Amino acid sequence: MVSLPEDDAEDDAVTNSATADTDAIWAALAEVADPEVPVLSVVDLGIVRAVEAGPPVTVTISPTYTGCPATEIIGTLIREKLAEAGFPGATVRQSIVPPWTTDWISEEGRAKLKAYGIAPPKPRAANSGPIRCPRCDSPNTKRVSEFGSTPCKALWRCTDCLEPFDHFKCL
Amino acid sequence: MTSQQQDLFEYATRLGDSALILGQRLSEWCGHSPELELDMAITNLSLDLIGQARLLLALAGEIEGAGRDEDQLAFLRDALDFRCLLLVEQPNGDWAQTIARQFFFSAFQQLQFQALSQSADARLAAIATKALPEIAYHVRFAADWVVRLGDGTEESHRRMAAAIDNLWRFTDEMFLPDAVEERLTAAGIAPDATALKAGWLAAVTATLGEAGIAVPAPHRPVVGSRVGHHSEHLGHILSEMQFMQRAYPNAEW
Repeated sequence: MVSLPEDDAEDDAVTNSATADTDAIWAALAEVADPEVPVLSVVDLGIVRAVEAGPPVTVTISPTYTGCPATEIIGTLIREKLAEAGFPGATVRQSIVPPWTTDWISEEGRAKLKAYGIAPPKPRAANSGPIRCPRCDSPNTKRVSEFGSTPCKALWRCTDCLEPFDHFKCL
Repeated sequence: MTSQQQDLFEYATRLGDSALILGQRLSEWCGHSPELELDMAITNLSLDLIGQARLLLALAGEIEGAGRDEDQLAFLRDALDFRCLLLVEQPNGDWAQTIARQFFFSAFQQLQFQALSQSADARLAAIATKALPEIAYHVRFAADWVVRLGDGTEESHRRMAAAIDNLWRFTDEMFLPDAVEERLTAAGIAPDATALKAGWLAAVTATLGEAGIAVPAPHRPVVGSRVGHHSEHLGHILSEMQFMQRAYPNAEW
């Protein structure tokens, strides 16, 4: 779930045009794809922590893994998308407090991951039960490696349909 | 800088340099690991460590306030100014040596960062909190391999036991605080490194037991990183890691 910035809870204090801007900024952000898992937008991924309409616009994002090389590219992509949407000169800030968790991936994001062939992460609080194959939904799966092609993924294999698949690691 | 800022700069640099140099060491396995999955695993660990190093050295630069960022600290200091533990700069050797080094370091770093997540310095606490879930993966990966090799074939056991024995002399350094750390411990900023040893030894002993490897007899500790006295290996790592910035100063891409 994306945790909305506190400012959004104070609509009374925000002018109508600023609210309209904020909505337009969130809509633009929903079109910025994660470069490594392009089926997810940065909003689906839950890394957008705060939006200040400005001007200039300030967007605060949480890096997923500390060393994730996509974080900087995401910053550039956000600035480009916002410029296209009429918000030039946006600032993208990074914040590690509180640290990003896979629990912030939206329900829509989880469905998109599965459709894309990546087993979505389980909620951390209920981290039990099998990882299901994203293709045949079988619970009979086996971990091949805890580390996959990107920091956020592990390599699994379905023992029924025998297909290997990526699992989005719980963090 | 105030004297506490000087201590904090020094401490953040120690934490950052250990993460950086171990990350750089692990990256040497890229394309050379025993299996494809291990290549991906070890470079993932490398990436996590370089990510930690970036946060910690950026913080060190901010505390110093002299305009140096994490890149300048990483690429434009010489060996005498590096504060990484001697353990992490040791060569990769065979897979068993790499695993032993990782196992000793990650088990220590996990305890250290658990304590740091409660630090009176909110910035250090935030970085430690962010890194801990990643470190849990590192600990599990390294410990699994210590057991797999130790409890494997005669040859794998021989190599794993030799690696544990060879690197043991570098582990004391992790638990020997100096005046800088003692002052930071008194201020609630840094954990007392001495107090981390019992937990570390218990975790290491348990895994070595599972692996059928004896805990090594005490060795004469090898220390020196706190004052920049490194093994001969560090200069060679730096010559490779820093080559581009030395050849093309301030180049960006």
